[in-house]
Amino acid sequence: MNHEKRTLEFHVLAVFFALFVLFLYGPLSAILILSFQGENGGLTFPLNGVSLHWFANLFERQAVGDFGGSFKRSLVLGVMVMVVTVVVSLLAGLAFRRKFRGATALFYLAVASLVVPSIIISLGIGVVFQQIGFRPAWYTSAFGAHLTWTLPFGVLIMFAVFNRFSPAYEEAARDLGASSWQTFAHVVLPMIAPSLIGVGLFGFTLSYDEFARTLMTSGTFNTLPLEIYGMTTNVTTPVLYALGTVTTVFSFLVILLTLGAILYVGRRRARV
Amino acid sequence: MTVALDQPAATTVAKPARRRRFSFGAVAPYLQSAPLALILGAFLLLPIVMIVVVSFWDYDFAAMYPDFLTTNYSDVLGSWVTWKTYLNTIKFAVMVWALTLFIGFWVAYFLAFHIRTTAMQMVLFLVCTVPFLTSNIIRMISWIPVLGRNGLINSTLVHMGLVPKPIEWLLYSEFAVVLAMVHLYTLFMVTPIFNTLMRIDRSLFEAARDAGASGWQVLWNVVIPLAKPGMAIGTIFVVTLVMADFSTVQVMSGGQSASVALMMKNQMSLLQYPAAAANAVVLLVLVLLMVAGILRIVDIRKEL
Repeated sequence: MNHEKRTLEFHVLAVFFALFVLFLYGPLSAILILSFQGENGGLTFPLNGVSLHWFANLFERQAVGDFGGSFKRSLVLGVMVMVVTVVVSLLAGLAFRRKFRGATALFYLAVASLVVPSIIISLGIGVVFQQIGFRPAWYTSAFGAHLTWTLPFGVLIMFAVFNRFSPAYEEAARDLGASSWQTFAHVVLPMIAPSLIGVGLFGFTLSYDEFARTLMTSGTFNTLPLEIYGMTTNVTTPVLYALGTVTTVFSFLVILLTLGAILYVGRRRARV
Repeated sequence: MTVALDQPAATTVAKPARRRRFSFGAVAPYLQSAPLALILGAFLLLPIVMIVVVSFWDYDFAAMYPDFLTTNYSDVLGSWVTWKTYLNTIKFAVMVWALTLFIGFWVAYFLAFHIRTTAMQMVLFLVCTVPFLTSNIIRMISWIPVLGRNGLINSTLVHMGLVPKPIEWLLYSEFAVVLAMVHLYTLFMVTPIFNTLMRIDRSLFEAARDAGASGWQVLWNVVIPLAKPGMAIGTIFVVTLVMADFSTVQVMSGGQSASVALMMKNQMSLLQYPAAAANAVVLLVLVLLMVAGILRIVDIRKEL
C-alpha cells in the first residue's frame, strides 16, 4: 500500500498468484496430455506415442463399468437438482426478505446442512430409506442427498443478493400501478436473473461432481463420480485419464455456457 | 452497512401488503419458505434423528435390532484406534486449515488490492474458481502422474541428479493427503476473504498511513482485523470439509492413513450401521462444537 514498496509487494504477490494458478491447473493439464497416451503407454510420462486409443476404450463396456449409463444418470440428476435448487432458493430468498416466525431457525438449518459431514447425511438417508422400506435410487434418495448440499449454497447466494437489492425499484413499479406479480415478473426477476443462473450453475456442478452423499443413497445404479471412484482402485491404464479429460471438458463447457448466458442476460438488460 | 439500509426498507414493504391483503401478505413467507423447510426436514433433520436413534440399536452381521444399548458408544469411545483416528483427522484439519488460510489470504489480498480494474479482478477470480467446479476425484487422480514414483517431480529430480533414486513419500503418504486437500479446498478460503477485503473502505489505508503507520502496521492493524469474518467463514468450510473427508485420505494415502469418515465408511461397508451411527454422532457433535465456536466470532447473516 506504501507507494514505493508497492512495486516490490506487487511482484512478490504476482509470482505467488502465478504459482497458485500453476498449482491449480498443472496436474489437470498433466491428465489432459496423458489421456492421449499411446496404446502401450502407462500412467506416467513420457508419452509413448500419441493416440485416441483410451478414448475409444472408454466406450467399450468391459473396460469401464458403464460409462454411458452413469454419465446419463449424473446428467439427469444434475438437471433435476439444478431446477429444484433455483426454484426453492428463490422462494426462500423472497421469504427471508420479510420477518416470519422460524426464520432464524430455518436459516441456521440451512447453514447446518452445509457443515454436517456429507457421509453422515449419506448414512442417515440410507438408514431412513431402509427402515421405511423404500429402495434407495439415484432419483429419490440421492436426489434428496444432493439437495442438502446445493440448497444451502443457493439460499446463501439469494440471501446475499436480496441484502443488496434496493426495494425502491419495486416501490416505483407499484406506484406506477403494477400488481405484485407484475412487479416480481418484470422488475425483480430480470434484475436477479444473472444470480439465478449462477445458482443454477452451482446446483448442477455440485450435483454432477458429488459422490460422498451418493455413496449410500444411489441404490443399484452408479452415478458417474461413483463409477470414477470405483475405478481409482482397480483401473491401472490411462483410460482413467481419458475419463477425467472427458468429464473435465464437459464441466468446462457447462461453465462457459453459463458465463455466456450471464453475459447475454446482462447485456440484454443494459440495452433495454 | 446493508443491515442498516435494509431494516427500515423491509418494514415499509411489509406494511402496505398487510393492510391491502391481510391474509396473503402474512402467509406468503411461510408458503415461500415451506419447500426449503420440507426438503431439509426430510433429508437432513430426519436422517440425523434416525442416526441418533440407530446408534443405540443392536446389530449382528445381517440386520439391526431396535434396542437401547450404549455399547456402540462405549465401543467407539473406549477404543484406542478411534482416538488415534480422531487425532489424525484433527491433525489433517489443522495443517490444511493453516495452509489454506495463508494461501487463501494472500491470493485474495492480491486480487483485492493489487488488481486495478474490476474486469481483470473478475477474470482472475474466475481462473481460480473454475477448477473447483470440476470433479474432486479427477483432481485427486491428477496428482498421480505428477507425484508418482516415475512421476514428473521424481523423474525431474533424478534427471537433474538431485536425488539418487525416486522419493517414495511424495505419493501415497500423509504429505500427498494434505497437498491434495489444500488443492481441493483453498477456494473455500479465497472466496469469503476476497469478499470481506473488497468491502474495506480504502480511505482507511490513507488514514492509517497519514497517522504514520508502516505497510506492515496497516496490514496487521487494519486489513487483518477487518478480514477476520471472511477468514472465519473460510475456516468453517475448510475444517468441516476436512473433518468429513474420506475419499482424499483413501486415494492419496493409498490406504495407509485413516480418518473418522473413512472409519465410518468401512463400518458401513461391513453393514455395521449402529457402530457407524455412534461414530457419526460423535463426529457431528465435534464438528458442530467447532462451528459454534467459530460462529461466536462472526455473524454470518451480516457477512452476506
